[in-house]
Amino acid sequence: MSGTGGTPYAPHTDSETAAMLSAIGVDGEESLFDIPAAVAFDGEFGIEPRSERDIRAECSRMFARNDDLVEFLGRGHYGHYVPSVVDHLADRAEFLTSYTQYQPEVSQGFLQALFEYQSMLVELTGLPVANCSMYDAATALGEAATLADRVRSTSGDVVLVPDHLREGKRAVLSNYCAGAELTVESYPMADGNADVEALADRAGDDVVMVYAESPTVRGCVEERLAEIGDVAADADALFTLGSDPVSLSVLQEPASVGADVVVGEAGALGLPTAYGMGLGLFACRDEFLRQVPGRLVGAGEDAAGDRAFTLTLQTREQHIRKERATSNICTNQAWVALRAAIHAATLGPDGLVDLANDCVRGAESLADRLGDVQGAAAPVHDRHHVREFVVRVDQPAVAIAEDLEAEGFAVHPIGEHLLQVCVTDLNAERTDGLVAAFEEVI
Amino acid sequence: MIHDQADYVREDESVHEPLLSEKGETTVDVRESSPLPDDLTREELTLPSPSEPEIARHYTRLSQMNWAIDSGPYPLGSCTMKYNPKFTEDVAADPNAVIHPDRSARSAQGNLELQYRLQEFLGEIGGMDAVTLQPPAGAAGEFTGIAVAKAYHEHHGNDRSEVVIPASAHGTNFATAAMAGYDVVELPSGDDGRVDVEALEAAVGDDTAALMLTNPNTVGLFERDITEIADIVHDAGGLLYYDGANLNALLGRGRPGDMGFDVMHYNVHKTFATPHGGGGPGAGPVGVVDELAEFLPAPRVRKRESGSGYEPFDPDETIGKVHGFGGNWLVLVKTYAYIARLGDEGLADAAAKAVLNANYLAEQIDLEVPYGPFHHEFAATAGDRDAADVAKRMLDFGVHPPTTKWPEMVPEAMLTEPTEIEGQSSLDDLAAAFNLAYADSDEALDAAPNRTAASRIDQVAAARDPRLSWQALDEE
Repeated sequence: MSGTGGTPYAPHTDSETAAMLSAIGVDGEESLFDIPAAVAFDGEFGIEPRSERDIRAECSRMFARNDDLVEFLGRGHYGHYVPSVVDHLADRAEFLTSYTQYQPEVSQGFLQALFEYQSMLVELTGLPVANCSMYDAATALGEAATLADRVRSTSGDVVLVPDHLREGKRAVLSNYCAGAELTVESYPMADGNADVEALADRAGDDVVMVYAESPTVRGCVEERLAEIGDVAADADALFTLGSDPVSLSVLQEPASVGADVVVGEAGALGLPTAYGMGLGLFACRDEFLRQVPGRLVGAGEDAAGDRAFTLTLQTREQHIRKERATSNICTNQAWVALRAAIHAATLGPDGLVDLANDCVRGAESLADRLGDVQGAAAPVHDRHHVREFVVRVDQPAVAIAEDLEAEGFAVHPIGEHLLQVCVTDLNAERTDGLVAAFEEVI
Repeated sequence: MIHDQADYVREDESVHEPLLSEKGETTVDVRESSPLPDDLTREELTLPSPSEPEIARHYTRLSQMNWAIDSGPYPLGSCTMKYNPKFTEDVAADPNAVIHPDRSARSAQGNLELQYRLQEFLGEIGGMDAVTLQPPAGAAGEFTGIAVAKAYHEHHGNDRSEVVIPASAHGTNFATAAMAGYDVVELPSGDDGRVDVEALEAAVGDDTAALMLTNPNTVGLFERDITEIADIVHDAGGLLYYDGANLNALLGRGRPGDMGFDVMHYNVHKTFATPHGGGGPGAGPVGVVDELAEFLPAPRVRKRESGSGYEPFDPDETIGKVHGFGGNWLVLVKTYAYIARLGDEGLADAAAKAVLNANYLAEQIDLEVPYGPFHHEFAATAGDRDAADVAKRMLDFGVHPPTTKWPEMVPEAMLTEPTEIEGQSSLDDLAAAFNLAYADSDEALDAAPNRTAASRIDQVAAARDPRLSWQALDEE
């Protein structure tokens, strides 16, 4: 580092800098910049450089200003216990500090890990093609809609989504749809599931995609997926199903109910709750292979005849196809996919099924207990649930949520008299406290 | 320098490290244990079931077969492969930071404060008035910025259909404009490698929504006519978009906001050294001038009017959302820590050393560099050699090669960006790798690489017969 105030992450001594400048044939670093004076910046940002220790202490103080709450929160972002082995292996610098595998011969490790991630999703979805990540569930859904627009021969422009859909997810979808001149329309729900008859009435030539979720944003298992698939097929629309890898470990295999595309939040594995950071799952049928957005890893051979992995079908992508690419995505969530794969490997199929079963039982049991509280009814929807469910409260939901927060518990107020509660392995041991707090505040 | 990458080969099976599935899978009868009715469940689930020690070895071996910044030079042009300071990982690992995004604002004050401070940092660095942290990558930032520009035009009753982009721009720019529903007008490069102002004047008009520009451009040249370029676009009623991929060259010496840009994205995994993670996650915050602030994604973070604490708010004419939640939070935390560590002087020094390194390296290599004066990166030409072959040979000499065959304005381009993290001796190693590979025989180039875990991979064959899962391999 040069003198004081330079970046600590450049190794140059003053004499090296001088020798390098002299080799170039200039007298100072300033001479290397070709910025006209009229637009040059000679002000200050006003950012004082600080020590590692200072910054760690400052950030630690800042984060401590987040209240210490037991979160019973979900609605698309889920926390499960992430085993230590995931952090330790994914944090290996060879993984963490690498980039996209443009030179596959020297990047076999990450390529194989991503190939394995794709394979796990193929097993979970039953669909033969899975990419190695989108940003999150919402952007994956947006990409599914533009894929539908490209592959469907109908002249339609409507994407049908369930009325119970996370508002933010719908907002992202709308932005992806706007560019493709698609419009987003909701179909109604019947007691927490899709109203399939209403959906069938609406589905027609103008529809390019039908989207359904299982579990829904309210935690309900969708019971008539195959019928929804039929409705979509009859309208020559793509059937896109939203889910997550934990739920998919036990729920009906998407391919078996006619799903053309599966999207969702794969960060349910590998990531703790991370203030919304995610991992977009994207899988689809073989016939859409050349229309898939994002990176794909394929198996091939090296010159020695050994199996080797490489990014493949890159002519779909922006760096080659430019404005005719299937998506603009470049940087993605590869490292999160690595984490999800390690987590899935650690659990194995037994562990995954156990975790998913616990999510079903935990929701059922907590719903029963909260439903027994005077002034509350749960679950609101007479369905099977994964992780989460809706509670009806006689008093205003926002006030109840605030009172619960004062007791140290976070839940979602989702309607005037509706609360949503999410229980996983992370907070299952705190349910007694939540029930007691409910009794206290209601 | 010579580098032999670690390798594990099962010679009898012609595979390197076996797949997890090849180490043993288990099939679970789901219906036996599920509390759900059978018609709502799958029958069975088949996945690998390795023990933890096997997992540790598997992924450690894979990591050893993977080049990274911490392995050695990684001068991929346009990717800004900087060293990722370790302490930022510890800052982001704080258990108090990983809360749920749906918490109430009053119970998430710590995270809101960091978001607010980072918005302020980025606004200062880019010379922008308002910043959103939501876009989860550079391309997502582009999409956000162009969607904001579109909303601005529509709000003012302007129906504009075109985005103008120089031929030398990143592929994402073209793809982004198309995704946002615009027609792309490609602008040929001038003879000096920069924007041809006359061609720009001819291309810009009533239909122009925006010009997307990288500055310095993708061969490292500063667009000297930026003021005139901005005037041309603004006079036509268009907006000027700054692609932040090359911001590392300008830190502390030039701000897009001062050059007339109206909207920009920051690639924090490039400029602010957050880890690239084998392809991501990154983050692509977007900054805009005042006139565009009301269109930014929701929510942004501001100080409460009471003066204490922070709150999220929705801009009046927001385009809505570009990520389901608030973007790649852990990456944003690392960004904050990096900027705070360097401060004004460190950031300016990073730019200075990045430009110094690129110029020094270019001096040391035998390949011609057709365009200059360049800043943090340069496009050398491999001339009558195949740039991809030269790159493969460089792998044998303990370095990662540059980006090859792009941008197209340089024949057989080797786009090289050493960043500020290399010292003189490692730049000399890099130059030696360039020169040895460039001068090597055709046979040696064809046979390269020889010291990597895999030898040359036939990518054309792999694309012709796509096998994308272990299930596909099993079917053979």
